[in-house]
Amino acid sequence: MPEPFSAVKISEHVYWVGAIDWSIRDFHGYLTGRGSTYNAYLILSDPVTLVDTVKAPFREEMLSRIASVVEPGKIRQLISNHSEMDHSGSLPEMIQLLRPEKVFASVMGARTLQEHFHLDQEIIPLKDGESLNLGKLKLTFLETRMLHWPDSMVTYLHDDALLFSQDGFGMHLASSERFADEIPAEILSWEAARYFANILLLYSPLILKLLERVGKLNLPIKIIAPDHGPIYRKNLDWILQSYARWAAQKPSRQAVVVYDTMWQSTEKMARAIGEGLAAGGAGVKLLSLKSCHRSDVATEILGAGALLVGSPTLNNGLFPTVADCLTYLKGLRPQNLSGAAFGSYGWSGESVGEIEGVMKEMKINLLSEGLKVKYVPDREALERCFSLGKAVAEKIK
Amino acid sequence: MKKYECTICGYIYDPALGDKDGGIPPKTPFEKLPDDWTCPVCGAAKDMFEEVK
Repeated sequence: MPEPFSAVKISEHVYWVGAIDWSIRDFHGYLTGRGSTYNAYLILSDPVTLVDTVKAPFREEMLSRIASVVEPGKIRQLISNHSEMDHSGSLPEMIQLLRPEKVFASVMGARTLQEHFHLDQEIIPLKDGESLNLGKLKLTFLETRMLHWPDSMVTYLHDDALLFSQDGFGMHLASSERFADEIPAEILSWEAARYFANILLLYSPLILKLLERVGKLNLPIKIIAPDHGPIYRKNLDWILQSYARWAAQKPSRQAVVVYDTMWQSTEKMARAIGEGLAAGGAGVKLLSLKSCHRSDVATEILGAGALLVGSPTLNNGLFPTVADCLTYLKGLRPQNLSGAAFGSYGWSGESVGEIEGVMKEMKINLLSEGLKVKYVPDREALERCFSLGKAVAEKIK
Repeated sequence: MKKYECTICGYIYDPALGDKDGGIPPKTPFEKLPDDWTCPVCGAAKDMFEEVK
């Protein structure tokens, strides 16, 4: 009987043997509206080698895809490019099942895998730039520390000009198509940006350095095979240039207004500010935290020029959803943003000052004093909101 | 002055440069960094650094 799950050949020596997670929507706090994939790759070399594994519940799917090409017991070597459990979760069971001769990871990965799984298997550390021969084939490993964990590395298969790029160039997108050129460009572009904004943004300076380093190495790259989402075999420049652009974080005339509201007062302010921003010539997106997830906000601020945050004052402080969102955004360390704070209050009005405090920590350039409105904004207050928006739009030219 | 490397992420603290974003002026030796100073790349504590030899 044929295997229920099939491998997909992606280059002369390499098969995709990962898993498709159609149902995941919450990836450690990142809303994955289109699901994800966990990509593992089988190199038909001598010895047969598996690059990364899948999240633990998907191990049988991976084994079935492997078995569609080769008897799993033939795998004699495992390589872990990244210790995070969506890629290493099946590693302990694979080690137990296959009893491989060698398991490799980066220097930090060798430590981190033990700190996760407490294995009785030696993990052989690979140094940055080290190469490994698989019979006639040759692999080279590059450390990519903090892209996006200390253990992260990428693996280059010289013979197929293929880069196993681990989480780099990945996206959360479940699909039966395996190649990026089979996915509608708009979906591809949105999900790649969303992934960058939510996972990699804080390491933008390292990405720029890595792109420069890889450029200087002059390795021909024909295929980029990431650990999530589709594989690139055509138009690789598109994703490389997108990464260079996103990492540069050059501000645009796009403004993002994020807010939550108790009795629609802060919302009225947000809407008037949005009108002012548009009147001043900025592109505007209003994101209510009642209907948008923090990861939607992170996606929208990628490449934006201004972030305006509104919160009512609840119990002498920030509205909890706004505090959640600000904590998340602060961790992602966006650069080159301008901003302003606003909010309605009843008697004490601490929230605007608290937003400004976080914005200062984030090195957001405050373009205007925060705007507070007592209880419900009247026409005059809404005019001030409009003026704030317009003034911000004119300053982010 | 000696350079120190973060054993987690590989960032190298160069006293000649200091750490501008962390408010550390150039020519600050590693030993003189405040105890609560953290790696500007990964956030690891000062005791995770080792001297570059």
